This record gives sequence, C-alpha cells and structure tokens, in this order.
Amino acid sequence: MIRIEQVQKFYQVNRDVAGVQVHALRDINLHIEQGKVFGIIGRSGAGKSTLLRTLNLLERPSSGKILIDGADITQFGAEQLHALRQRVGMVFQHFNLLSAKTIAENIDFPLKLAGSYSNEQRRQRVDELLALVGLSDQRDKYPAQLSGGQKQRVGIARALANYPTLLLCDEATSALDPETTQSILRLLSDINQQLGLTIVLITHEMQVIRTICDQVAVIDAGHIVETGDVADVFLHPQHPVTQSLVAENQALDLDLVQLRQDRQRGVLARLTYVGAAAHEPILSRVAAQTQLQMVILQGTISRIKSTPYGQLLVELIGSADEIDRVLASLRAEEVRVDLIDVSGGVQ
Amino acid sequence: MDFSNIDWEDIAQATLDTLTMTGCSLFFTVLLGLPLGVLLFVTGKKQLLEQRGIYALLSVLVNVLRSVPFIILLIVLIPFTLFLVGTSLGVPGTIPPLVIGTTPFFARLVENVLRDVDRGIIEACQAMGAKTHQIIIHALLPEALPGLIAAATVTTIALVSYAAMSGVIGGGGLGDLALRFGYQRFQTDVMVVTVAILIVLVQVLQFSGDKLVARFTRK
Repeated sequence: MIRIEQVQKFYQVNRDVAGVQVHALRDINLHIEQGKVFGIIGRSGAGKSTLLRTLNLLERPSSGKILIDGADITQFGAEQLHALRQRVGMVFQHFNLLSAKTIAENIDFPLKLAGSYSNEQRRQRVDELLALVGLSDQRDKYPAQLSGGQKQRVGIARALANYPTLLLCDEATSALDPETTQSILRLLSDINQQLGLTIVLITHEMQVIRTICDQVAVIDAGHIVETGDVADVFLHPQHPVTQSLVAENQALDLDLVQLRQDRQRGVLARLTYVGAAAHEPILSRVAAQTQLQMVILQGTISRIKSTPYGQLLVELIGSADEIDRVLASLRAEEVRVDLIDVSGGVQ
Repeated sequence: MDFSNIDWEDIAQATLDTLTMTGCSLFFTVLLGLPLGVLLFVTGKKQLLEQRGIYALLSVLVNVLRSVPFIILLIVLIPFTLFLVGTSLGVPGTIPPLVIGTTPFFARLVENVLRDVDRGIIEACQAMGAKTHQIIIHALLPEALPGLIAAATVTTIALVSYAAMSGVIGGGGLGDLALRFGYQRFQTDVMVVTVAILIVLVQVLQFSGDKLVARFTRK
C-alpha cells in the first residue's frame, strides 16, 4: 500500500549560512502493507516524526519516492495534495484540537473543509463518530473541559471523519498516563480491525509497539536500523538501539555481566518461546528427564499483540554433556536458546 | 471648585464627537489593520505563505508610520484628508489621520496575537487538507479571537487619546474642548470635567474589552 523508496531529507539549519545541513532521513526504504499496524520507534531526534510527516507531505522529502496505492505523492500538485490529505487521517501527541470549537464542531471540521457532504450527512457522521469513540454525551463541550484521554478520542474521531484508508499517529499516547494509553491503544486496535484501515504510528515506547503493532521499523540517526514482524524484533533484537529499547520495556538481560559474576556456577541461557508453545509445560517436561539443576533468574510471560510468548533467563548447573542434551531437547520443543557468555553478549 | 460656568451642552456635544471619532476610526482601523496583520503574519518567517520580500516591505511601512509622532501625522496628512473627505476640520477631518495613525499599530498587535496561536493547530489543519484561506478564516482567526479583542481594546484606548490631540488641527471632541477652554481660556473647571469624562470612558472601554475577552476565551 505504501512504499517508501530511497527517501532522503536534508534541513538547512540556517539559510544564511550555506552548507550547514542536517541529514534528517538517510536512504529510507520501507514497505507498509494494507490493513496493518506499522510502528516506527526511535529516540527523540532520530527522525521518526519527520518520516511520518513525509507520508502526507507535511515534510517534503529532499529526494526519493513515496508511493501510496501506486501513486508517487511527491509529484502531486496542490489540488491532488489537498485531496490526499483529506483521505489520510492524522492524530497528534498534543491533540491539536481547535479550542474555540465544541467537540462536535471539531469532528465536523474536516467534513466542512471537504465540502462534499450535505448538512444532514455531516450531522449523521459526527453522531456516528462520537458514538465510535464513546463521547456522545460530551458533544457540546469545549476541548478545555475534557481530560487528556477524551481529547485524544476527539482527535481520533476527527482523523476518521473523512473515511480515511490510512491513519498516521504522531506519538498519540505519549502525553497520556499508562491507563489512558492502554484505552487509546485498544481504540486504535479496534478501529484497525473494524474499519480495516492501515495505521502508521511513531513512538519512543516499546510498550506501544508490543501492544498494537504488526510490524515495526527502528530508526536511529535518520537510518532504519532494523525492521520486521514485531515478535521477531522484540524477542530477538539485533541492533544495539533496538536492544536497549527492548530492555527498557521488559527489564530482561540488564546487567548480565554483573549477574554472571555473582553466580559463577553454570551456564546462562535465554529461552524464548512464542505462540502455542507458551501454553505447554515444556520446562517441567525437560526437567523431568534430567538431573540438571535449573535456576530461573529472570522471566517474562506476556503477549505481543495477540500472540503469547515467554522469555526466561535460566542458569543450568551440571555437566557439559548433560547441559548440551537439555538444550537440544529444548530446541526440539521449538524453544529458541541463546547462550550468554561472561562478557554479556549473546553467542 | 465652581462648575456653574460650564456649558454642559458643549460638554455633551464634545463627548458625542469623541465617541463618534473613536467609533468610526476603530471600524476603519480594524477593516484595514486586520488584513494587514494577517498578511504580516502569514508572510513571516516559517509561516504559511512565507514571503521574505513582502514581509520586509510591509514591516518597514508599518514601522515608518508608527515612528511618526501622531501630532506630526495629523498635520502632514491635511492635504490627503482634504482630498479624501473634503475637509480637514471637525469630526470627519480627524478620522483619516486617526485611522492611518492606529492601523499599523493594530496590525502589529494582530501579527503578535496570531503568532501565539498553537502551531500544532495550523499543522492539524494542513494535515486535514485545509487550504490557506480556510485555515485563516476557520481556524486561525477564531482561535485568536480573545487576543484580537484585547488588541482592539488597546487600540480603542489609543484612539481616544489620539482623538483628544486632534483639537490641534481643529478637530472636535473632548480634547478640543479641553484645549480651547481649559488651556487657552484658563477655564480649569472645563479641563477637570473633560479629563474626568476621558478617565471614565477609558475605564469603561477597558472593562468591556476584558469582559468580551473572558466571554470568548475557551481555554
């Protein structure tokens, strides 16, 4: 659905000083599938916000192509661009609602701008959207009278007004508390499933990616450093930036060196199992067949979107032969085994 | 003090003249100054229709007009006023210089008020596919309304005090009365009454302006 090809973005820091440029996006190539929730994660200043804004040309790339449904939007004239933007919803970190308009008027605003609906159609659509985001009883209030979570619901309703096929979320939950974040993410997830629209979101929180995204791209200093299915990237992060983002979220694998030095008894292994395997008594089955001592040092059993997974850091104490045999039978059970050496790296 | 020698009919007429001059001038100041302020804002650096040349030109024009002392402007503009309204005296004769004196001031205030509108709101409108004129009319001006009312209030009060100066070129109003009777004929009583009326007028204007600002503030 969306194909980003060779996109570069340079900023002129100060136009009076020639040659002082910031290279905000470097050779970005991405493919975003129809109907998926695609997350872009990175630290502040990594370029994720710029990248998201190239998708509706709020930021114009310096070079490269952005194909939406086959059409290169960087070639669009003014009229085509207005039409495109009316069909691409956008949700903002700080909501960006019109403070002088009521909730209903805010949601109606994109319909009014489009100019292609009758008053009756507009009224009906606003009612539908208010019901969708659960704010029917707040329609005549002003944004300042709502909580942060409610404001974001208005922002989402407004973004959906023109029946978009693509929804861009710019740190949509970063200004909200954890509980409200979960409810907004649930709403986005429902919208994705019910309406089948594609969602591209940017965030600096792995938790957000883990909760609703199907696929993820990790951006650092203007480069896409890692991309793939969320389960793969989340459970087996390859790039240091991804590893540290994942570590912040699950507190696993932190200070491994320290941990290893404290307990120099056996072999450290990280066991990862995904999907149906998470419900199986694998560990006890394996343990029943061996004299090996197993210590669970850290562990997480959770979900990535709707897929259950488990990740355990275990220490195996016993003879080398016995350890190899146990690891082999774990692998036979579709458990991924990563041995961790003293220096803290993964073998 | 003895107020028995005051011609209250004169005072009433002068008050009415001051109100007429202020009201008419405010109307034309907003009519000209609002678009000028919007133009200054949108052509400014990193704004919707960034145009360095136009911005620089308008900005210089505004600064030049604002640097001429109003009393000088009154005199310099006499031929222009004669051409425009056929007289340089009385209430009609003071309105053109008043409008030209306060329009650049109001425009600059408008520019500043618009700059205070959250950029995120403009970005959200752009993301919805709004055209520039739609953003200005449906988002920028309504969002800035309380600030614009406050700017108009400040401008109105400036107009009241400028209007008082127009007595110098034979305009009417309270300032004229104070100058002719209070100063030139040493009638301190007239001076005191006119100043008192001006004080009350300014208080009422500021109070009403503040009320309106509060009425339209949604934040």
